[in-house]
Amino acid sequence: MSVNALYDYKFEPRDKVENFHGMQLLYVYWPHHLMYCSPFAMLVQPDMTFGAFVDEVLKPATADHPDAPQADFLAAEWQLNGEPFTPDASATLKDCGIDHKSMLTVTTKGLDGIAGSAS
Amino acid sequence: MSQLVFIAFQDNDNARYLVEAIAEDNPEAEVQHQPAMIRIQAEKRLVINRETMEEKLGRDWDVQEMLIDVISIGGNVDEDDDHFILQWT
Amino acid sequence: MVVKNKKLNLKDKYQYLTRDMAWEPTYQKKKDIFPDEDFEGIKITDWSQWEDPFRLTMDAYWKYQAEKEKKLYAIFDAFAQNNGHQNISDARYVNALKLFLSGVSPLEHAAFQGYAKVGRQFSGAGARVACQMQAIDELRHSQTQQHAMSHYNKHFNGLHDAAHMHDRVWFLSVPKSFFDDARSAGPFEFLTAISFSFEYVLTNLLFVPFMSGAAYNGDMATVTFGFSAQSDEARHMTLGLEVIKFILEQHEDNVPIVQRWIDKWFWRGFRLLSLVGMMMDYMLPNKVMSWAEAWEVYYEQNGGALFKDLERYGIRPPKYQDIANDAKHHVSHQAWSTFYQYSQATNFHTWMPEKEEMDWLSEKYPDTFDKYYRPRFEHWAKEHAEGRRFYNNTLPQLCQVCQIPTIFTEKEDPTALSHRQIVHEGERYHFCSDGCCDIFKHEPEKYVQAWLPVHQIYQGNCEGGDVETVVSKYYHINIGEDNFEYIGSPDHKRWLSIKGKSSDTKADSAKQDAA
Repeated sequence: MSVNALYDYKFEPRDKVENFHGMQLLYVYWPHHLMYCSPFAMLVQPDMTFGAFVDEVLKPATADHPDAPQADFLAAEWQLNGEPFTPDASATLKDCGIDHKSMLTVTTKGLDGIAGSAS
Repeated sequence: MSQLVFIAFQDNDNARYLVEAIAEDNPEAEVQHQPAMIRIQAEKRLVINRETMEEKLGRDWDVQEMLIDVISIGGNVDEDDDHFILQWT
Repeated sequence: MVVKNKKLNLKDKYQYLTRDMAWEPTYQKKKDIFPDEDFEGIKITDWSQWEDPFRLTMDAYWKYQAEKEKKLYAIFDAFAQNNGHQNISDARYVNALKLFLSGVSPLEHAAFQGYAKVGRQFSGAGARVACQMQAIDELRHSQTQQHAMSHYNKHFNGLHDAAHMHDRVWFLSVPKSFFDDARSAGPFEFLTAISFSFEYVLTNLLFVPFMSGAAYNGDMATVTFGFSAQSDEARHMTLGLEVIKFILEQHEDNVPIVQRWIDKWFWRGFRLLSLVGMMMDYMLPNKVMSWAEAWEVYYEQNGGALFKDLERYGIRPPKYQDIANDAKHHVSHQAWSTFYQYSQATNFHTWMPEKEEMDWLSEKYPDTFDKYYRPRFEHWAKEHAEGRRFYNNTLPQLCQVCQIPTIFTEKEDPTALSHRQIVHEGERYHFCSDGCCDIFKHEPEKYVQAWLPVHQIYQGNCEGGDVETVVSKYYHINIGEDNFEYIGSPDHKRWLSIKGKSSDTKADSAKQDAA
C-alpha cells in the first residue's frame, strides 16, 4: 500500500547507511535479560571482527547485569535477523553477513535474568 | 453486554445541584465520588432536566451552563432547551 | 448566568448563527475553495446532515469559556499566593508535571494548529465552526497549562524549556511524531485520529483519573486546568463521535477507510498512553486507581459501549484491541523501567518505588508485578543502596512508527519482546509490535523518513557524539539538576528543606553514582 497524498509523495529513508559516516547500526537483543528494556542500538564499524565486537561493544554494554560474568557470548546461541547464525570471531561483521540495521539475538542458555524473572 | 453512559463533574458547589437533579430523575444511576470529581453512570441513558435543575437552584438555568462544570461524558448527546440526554441506542 | 431574552430556541439559534452565516459560492468553484476535501476517498453527499449536538454558537461559546477561565485563574492565583507547591504530597509528583509540560502541552498547541487547518478545509459550515471552536480551545489548553506550571518552574528543575525539548528530546519524539503523523494526514483522517480515536476513546485516561490523582496529591492548580481542559473535551468528544457517525452515514464506501483509520489511531494512541500509565502507577505518590483499573473503566467499559453502538455502521472494535487490553498489566512497569535506566537523558527524575508502593503494585497487578517486575526493581533498589545506581549506557532500539524503544512484550509470553522486523525497498525496519508494523506497511513512505532520535545522535546531527553533550547542548537539560535519580537530586534536597528535614542521610551518599 502507499500513502494517499495530494502530490507524488516520496522520501528518501532517513537512516540509510551512507548517513552514518562509514559506520553502521547494529541491534542486539539478549533474551531473558529485560533489565535492559529493549535491544541495544549500537554504532559499529563494518570491518571490526565479531570477536572485537563482543569484547569491545557487547560486553561493556551488558557488564552491569548480574548474569554478565557467567555469559559466554561467543559460545551462545545466535540469530541474525531471525535466522540461525554461527559467528566467526575472527571474521569482520561485514563478512559475517551483518549489514546495516541488522539485529542479532544472543541466547545464553541457563541464564534467565534476575532471580529467573527474565529481567 | 452492559452499555453504560456516564458523565463526570468537578466536585464543586454547582455540581452538587446537578448531581442531586440527576439522581432524582435517574433513580437507577450510580453516583461515584472520586478525588475532586463526581462520576455518574447508568445503563443506556442519563437525562438532566432543566425543570428539575431550576427547582433545585431556585432560579432560571440554561442547559448549556452544565458545560462549565462537566469533565467528561460517554454516550450520544441529545441537547435542547429543556434537557441534556446521554444515550446509547 | 441566566440567559435572558430567549427569543430563539437552541436549535433555531444554532441554525441561524452557524448554517445561515455560510453561503454558496457563485464566482468560484467549490472544488477550488476546498481543494483538500476529496483526496482521501471520503464521499460526502450532504453536509447539511452534520449535527452538533451541543448546538453551541459563538456568542454562547465566548460566554462559557470566559466563565471557565475566570474560575481557573482564581485558583491559579490562590495556589501561587499560598505557595501551593509546598502542600503537594511529595516532590516526586512534580516529575509528572515535567513530563506533562514537555510532552502534553505542546500537543495542545499542535492540536490548535491542526484544527485551525482542517477547519478551513471542509465545505460544510457546521464542521468548520466546530473545528474553529476546538482550535481556540486547544490554544487555551496550551496556555493555561503553561501558566499553571510556571509556578512550579520557580521552585523545581526541568520545567525551563519545554517547547525546545519537545522538538528534540528522545522520548518526546513519541508524542511529537504522533501529532505530526495526524497533522500531515488529510482533514478526515485528522478528525478520525484526534477527535475520535484520541479525544473520544483515549483522552479520558489522561485527563480524568490522572487529574483526579493530581487532586489527591494536593495539586489544585493542575487538577483545575486538567478538568477545565477536559470540560472542553466533553464537547470535543461529542464532535468526535458525530464526525464518525456523519462520515459513516454519508456513504458505505467510507466504512473501510474509517475502519483502517480507527485501527491505526487506536494503536498509536494506546502506545502513546504508555507514558500516562507510568505517570499514574509510579509518579503519583498518593494512589487513586491503577492504570489497569483506569483502562478497564475508560477503555474496556466505555470504549466497549461505544464500539457496540458503532456496530450498526459496520464498524468493529479496533484491531489488536485484545493485545492492548492484555497490556494493561504490563505497560506502566515497562515504561517506568525504561525511564529509570535512561534517566541521564530526561528532564525529570526517576526512582524505585518504596516498599509500600511495591506492595500496592503487587496488589493491583497480582498476575504480573511480582513475577516479572519486582525482582528487577528490588535488584535496582539494592544496587542503588550500595552506591551503584543503574543506568543503561547504551542507546535503545526504537520502533520506526511509535518511536518508543522496543520494550513491549508478547501477549502470550511476557518474557519475550514483541519485536518485529521487515525489509522494505532494501532497508531494514524494526517495530515494537504487529500493530506498529502494520501501520508502516500501509504507508511506508510516511515512516521511512521518521526522525528517530537514537539514529540522529549516531548520525552526528545532535551537536555531539556522546550522550552528555547531546543532553546538555542539544536538549538543554541541565546535567546534575534536571536529570538522574530523584534521591539526592537538588529537587529532593529542596523538598526536604521545605519540609524542614535534613538531607544529609543516605540520600546523599547514594546520589548519582553512575553519573
